[in-house]
Amino acid sequence: MWTRLKRLYHKMGSPKWFYQISTLCSKWCMAVGSVLMLTGVVWGLAFAPADYLQGNSFRIIYVHVPASLLSQSAYIMMAVAGLVGLVWKMKMSFVVAKVIAPIGASLAILSLLTGAIWGKPTWGTWWVWDARLTSMLILLFLYFGVIAIYNAIENDEMANKAAALLAIVGSINIPVIKYSVEWWNTLHQPATITLSKKPTMAPEMFIPLVLTIFGFYCWFAVWVFARARNEVLLKERRTKWVRALVQARQHKSQIGGDA
Amino acid sequence: MLIALLKRDLLLAFRSRGDLLNPLMFFMVVASLFPLAVSPDPALLGSIAAGVIWVGALLAALLSLDLMFKGDYEDGSLEQMLLMPQPAMLMVLVKVLVHWLVAGLPLAFIAPLLGLMLGLADGGFMPLILSLLLATPTLSLLGAIGAGLTVGLRKGGMLMPLLILPLYIPVLIFAASAVQAGVQGTSYLGHMAFLGAYLALTLVVAPLAAAAALRISLAR
Repeated sequence: MWTRLKRLYHKMGSPKWFYQISTLCSKWCMAVGSVLMLTGVVWGLAFAPADYLQGNSFRIIYVHVPASLLSQSAYIMMAVAGLVGLVWKMKMSFVVAKVIAPIGASLAILSLLTGAIWGKPTWGTWWVWDARLTSMLILLFLYFGVIAIYNAIENDEMANKAAALLAIVGSINIPVIKYSVEWWNTLHQPATITLSKKPTMAPEMFIPLVLTIFGFYCWFAVWVFARARNEVLLKERRTKWVRALVQARQHKSQIGGDA
Repeated sequence: MLIALLKRDLLLAFRSRGDLLNPLMFFMVVASLFPLAVSPDPALLGSIAAGVIWVGALLAALLSLDLMFKGDYEDGSLEQMLLMPQPAMLMVLVKVLVHWLVAGLPLAFIAPLLGLMLGLADGGFMPLILSLLLATPTLSLLGAIGAGLTVGLRKGGMLMPLLILPLYIPVLIFAASAVQAGVQGTSYLGHMAFLGAYLALTLVVAPLAAAAALRISLAR
């Protein structure tokens, strides 16, 4: 058991192994995610019944809720990856943490934008200083801080460690910020989905939402893997295996060109 | 050893009186910008006074953070301090204490004056002072993390607010609403309890994180 764990640890640290396994994983995630997204989106947009209060405008939920959920969990993922990197000195987990930061920030922006578009017809305004909107905005600011530190520190290793530390401190503060903002002001509808209670939505609206949420997670994984693989190739561009990979690709495309 | 460090840092701070007064002057200037920008109407000013004073205090504490480790970093003594037999987090705590005594505590004394100028209602003064006393240590503690992360950087000035301000938001919310509660004559004990709890949390986490940040910054 112990030796197997140790072997896994060394494998996880190896960029080459990560490159191979992530190529495989991202293919699977892409396939599963595409099926989920296609079903969820078509079901949600075309077949789910319109809301009796909000009409068709509620359908933006199929983008808004997955993006919000994912941008929150992406921050935690980034912090965990950073922690793993700091504690066990795993190179690859720093790479993952680094590539999650801009993705999480763009998901937060997507969530704020779709929220604003949704807010206009239902609340009559683009923006209100309501608890959940505000805490999403603060989450975006936290992402900005992490991205800024990557940009400010030139030394790669130092930037990775500093950003990981900041992400960990931020994730400790996330619950505090979330609840303080919540007590400060609440106008947003309570969370649509909770793990403990039965959904308040009709199942024919709810199931496509679950599908799109899982679809978003899969596509997020694809996105992270793609960026991480780019990062690995860039970092390891002088090593033998990357050169061999590039040469194999070139060779393949030449053959393809001749045929 | 730590007491010697405390004495030395306080002495250094009092030798350069300019640095000592700068945050205070900044605090006053920022607070007096609001009547000029918003309106001199006392009723309106009274209603925003709590928020204005607290935002001013936040920024004043933030701007002086740069000095927390900078001097020691530049002359190399910070590296020696990290090599002390005492844990680095205690050294950080001393630095935080000095920063608070120099830049945080004076804010609590000058804030009532600003409250008077901005027409803060009578009930607001007590929670204003108490919240400043209770929450400025939190600002220094959280700030130490940002100061530790940016100490070796040339462009640290603009980066620090970006890193630290989001973490200050709970303090701002509860401190300002404590003052608001005092103005309206309701109990502000709950807000104070939250500020105290946040102080306890940061007192545990921040010195550790700041010490780790310093080690990362100095590892080159």
